[in-house]
Amino acid sequence: MSDITSLTLTELVKNIKDKKISSEETTKAFIERGEKSRDLNVYITEDFSNALAKARSFDEKPNFDLKLPGVPMAVKDLFCTDGVKTTAGSKILNNFIPPYESTVTQNIWNEGAVLLGKLNCDEFAMGSSNETSFFGNVQSPIAKGLVPGGSSGGSASALAANLTPITIGTDTGGSIRQPASFTGTVGLKPTYGSCSRYGIVAFASSLDQAGPMSKDVKDCALLQEIISTYDDKDSTSVDFKRNEYSKELTNNIKGKKIGIPKEYRVDGMPKEIEDLWTKGIEYAKDCGAVIVQISLPHTNYALPTYYIVAPAEASSNLARYDGVKYGFRSKGENLIDMYEKTRSEGFGAEVQRRIMIGTYVLSSGYYDAYYLKAQKVRKLIKNDFDEAYKKVDAILTPSTPSAAFKIGEKTNDPVSMYLNDIFTVPVNLAGLPAISIPAGVDAKGYPLGLQIIGKAFDEQNILNIAYAMEEKISFKNKITEWWIK
Amino acid sequence: MTKDNSEYLILRGDNTYEVVIGLEVHAQVTSNSKLFSSSSTTFGAEPNTQVSLVDAAFPGMLPVINEYCVKQAIKTGIGLKAQINKRSVFDRKNYFYPDLPQGYQISQFKYPIVGEGTVILDMPNGQKEVGIERLHLEQDAGKSIHDMDPQNTLVDLNRSGVALMEIVSKPDLRTPDEVSAYVKKLRSIMRYLGTCDGNMQEGSLRADVNISVRIKGSDKLGTRCEIKNVNSIKFMQMAINYEANRQVDLIEEGKTIDQETRLFDTKKNETRSMRSKEDAHDYRYFPDPDLLPLEVTDEFIEKIKADIPELPDAKKKRFIDQFKVSAYEATILVSDIDTAEYFEEVVAKMGKNQDIKLAVNWITGELFAVLNNKNLEISESPISAKNLAKLVNLIKNGTISGKIAKTIFELMMDGDKDPQIIVDEKGLKQESNPKALEALIDKIINDNREKAIEYKQGKEKLFGFFVGQAMKVSGGKANPQLINDILKKKL
Repeated sequence: MSDITSLTLTELVKNIKDKKISSEETTKAFIERGEKSRDLNVYITEDFSNALAKARSFDEKPNFDLKLPGVPMAVKDLFCTDGVKTTAGSKILNNFIPPYESTVTQNIWNEGAVLLGKLNCDEFAMGSSNETSFFGNVQSPIAKGLVPGGSSGGSASALAANLTPITIGTDTGGSIRQPASFTGTVGLKPTYGSCSRYGIVAFASSLDQAGPMSKDVKDCALLQEIISTYDDKDSTSVDFKRNEYSKELTNNIKGKKIGIPKEYRVDGMPKEIEDLWTKGIEYAKDCGAVIVQISLPHTNYALPTYYIVAPAEASSNLARYDGVKYGFRSKGENLIDMYEKTRSEGFGAEVQRRIMIGTYVLSSGYYDAYYLKAQKVRKLIKNDFDEAYKKVDAILTPSTPSAAFKIGEKTNDPVSMYLNDIFTVPVNLAGLPAISIPAGVDAKGYPLGLQIIGKAFDEQNILNIAYAMEEKISFKNKITEWWIK
Repeated sequence: MTKDNSEYLILRGDNTYEVVIGLEVHAQVTSNSKLFSSSSTTFGAEPNTQVSLVDAAFPGMLPVINEYCVKQAIKTGIGLKAQINKRSVFDRKNYFYPDLPQGYQISQFKYPIVGEGTVILDMPNGQKEVGIERLHLEQDAGKSIHDMDPQNTLVDLNRSGVALMEIVSKPDLRTPDEVSAYVKKLRSIMRYLGTCDGNMQEGSLRADVNISVRIKGSDKLGTRCEIKNVNSIKFMQMAINYEANRQVDLIEEGKTIDQETRLFDTKKNETRSMRSKEDAHDYRYFPDPDLLPLEVTDEFIEKIKADIPELPDAKKKRFIDQFKVSAYEATILVSDIDTAEYFEEVVAKMGKNQDIKLAVNWITGELFAVLNNKNLEISESPISAKNLAKLVNLIKNGTISGKIAKTIFELMMDGDKDPQIIVDEKGLKQESNPKALEALIDKIINDNREKAIEYKQGKEKLFGFFVGQAMKVSGGKANPQLINDILKKKL
């Protein structure tokens, strides 16, 4: 049998259920590969010995009715895991061990999965290249010195490098879809309210959403049906009828109307992105979809709106990291001095920048001009989508305005870094679901993704479209294993 | 006639100043669990034993609104005859302090759950209406303890997240007496409703007092100062007195008043500046994205309305109509729900031949004196309503005299003893047999012949002497009315 770690989740589950491989063998294989892949710096915390113990105990009393029977997996270090250090990529939580489990990860363990460890990410999920992590940048398995994207960069790298069969990330402005696009993997940002935020370290509460990252669309559907549950511990969780997405997955999308928003053809967009999009439209047509030109007139305002709303919420959400109750504390002469030193030393530059932006836009005298205005624009952006969905079933766009860039290339230019999220942030502002699937490569051979945006709570539809297009595209990630000595 | 406390004016030279006062009352919602978590709210527990992960603001923890607290706020709003807002919004009030774990307090800023209402005060010179601006729900902070450890400030988070109602009055109050009456009335309404126990010692009720002064007759408001967190009515009155005079002094010296937040030092009886307007916190209020706007339906409100008990104003009116008590007596009886209930139980237990006036006198006289003395609430009264009713009946039907009743009352306090049993055991039954009393009086007149003659010659004051003798000889048991009648006849 071929290498365990290169199997898709669906294949892996089948092999385990058919008793061809045990949970222990599987877990060992991922651990061994993980140990050989430390140069990628995907793990903040390895929990390998516990993983093995859990795998063995699964094998002793296996339950094959579960959807993830003894499947090992690593998760983004933004999910609180009971008894396992959770850092959010920050020095300020360097020593934090939660005595509780996030709802999303609990749902995963309930289906029999085993935690391998906690994956690197941008500090408090603020970043698009995984370079803001206190634990160092993550290498993309695609090429040495390349960013995997962010903030779920560790998740994307680990998945593309076969260090985990599947994983979860969080997406506030593109943090699942952009790294998926950069690493040739699949990433879904579910509808806001689909996955519980309970136990996920908060970045921007009105935008944060957990979602699956996988090697193919089928795996993505399976994980989505596991993690999406109504949760009364999260007041923004929505009680809607959730599908068994993997069971109802179909490649028959004949007659589905897919919108092409003209505003996404931005100035200075590289030709290869333009070409990818055109190719995507052709694939969609080949699948039987009907292409409709649409307009989302306020798209231009999405990025500035996002960079007011998200930092505003973050500035308040991160106030709790003050050195008083848990986490890092610096010695100070007095209370104010302790606060200032703790937060100056505990937070990295990007987090501090966003706290300052957020504090500024909420300040009295500026609130109306920034925060309130941004909320109004946000409503207009949502209205754009509502209008569009009167005509179409889904919307097709590129996932990112470019392929992955070099580590260090944009670290001194935050605005150019923020521009990476230009196609993904409108979706978060509108609370919609969107999936990124690999669809091609740029001139250097770096992966490029296409984004399919759906109606609220219509994950099944975009999964189906992605599933159908995936078949036509038949993308293969070329990983040379350059990091394994 | 009224004692004129209705005006509280400060005279300086030729100027007469009046004081304008508005109150922000913080009332702890009576609820077993906190506003956004399921932790217990019991007062006085060991430090940090009633703290959930939400209260301590652990990463990824989220607030979930406690429906009961929402009901309590709406109930209070109805009690204040106020507008109930079907849609309200929770905002974050951001500031750093060790006893504020989240780094923000969840409160309602722009859209409170309750809007404008009114409270009626019974002042000696008549009723006064005080406007309510709003009532909103918010979280309490924890407690910083600065005097337990020489080096460190300790933090107790038991109170962190407990639900508070902030009740903001309009600047309608003018005197320390009105402030006292307002706080008492508010407390009374909330106790009737069971929405706040009003216990000021435990901090369940505290107030920020806003004070400004102006020349009497002016309709412009002066610059106000806010005195934070005053936790007794007496201190509120003292603070107002000091602060109003301080402001008048400043104006008279030609100085201006700075709008600022001040603290009341109870030991020195003075207010001190805490922070000026320039240093005022910028709280960066914004809607809490972890919570959806709070929406309640008409049915929800109607259901709560159906549960509203008779409130002090209505009860007062009924007491006057039904029991023919005076307005003054009714005000006292309804001021506290337990007193009203005690009174009604006494009335019920007295049965048919009841003397309500006498019962009221005993409750507001002897009983209140005892409770006051022993620092007890009426709910802890050593004499039950049932036994007090019996005592009043014994007086009413002539079994005992009022004087003997006082002796019996003292004895009743020992284990809520039945007054009838005391009468029987101690032989305290009143002597009302005219024949026996006539014999007794004949003997007294006989023994005091000279005085009887003096009385007949016009020294009428001596009548009291004969009554006293009769009571003394009878051991206080002689029926005073009969003694009077017989003496008049015999002398």
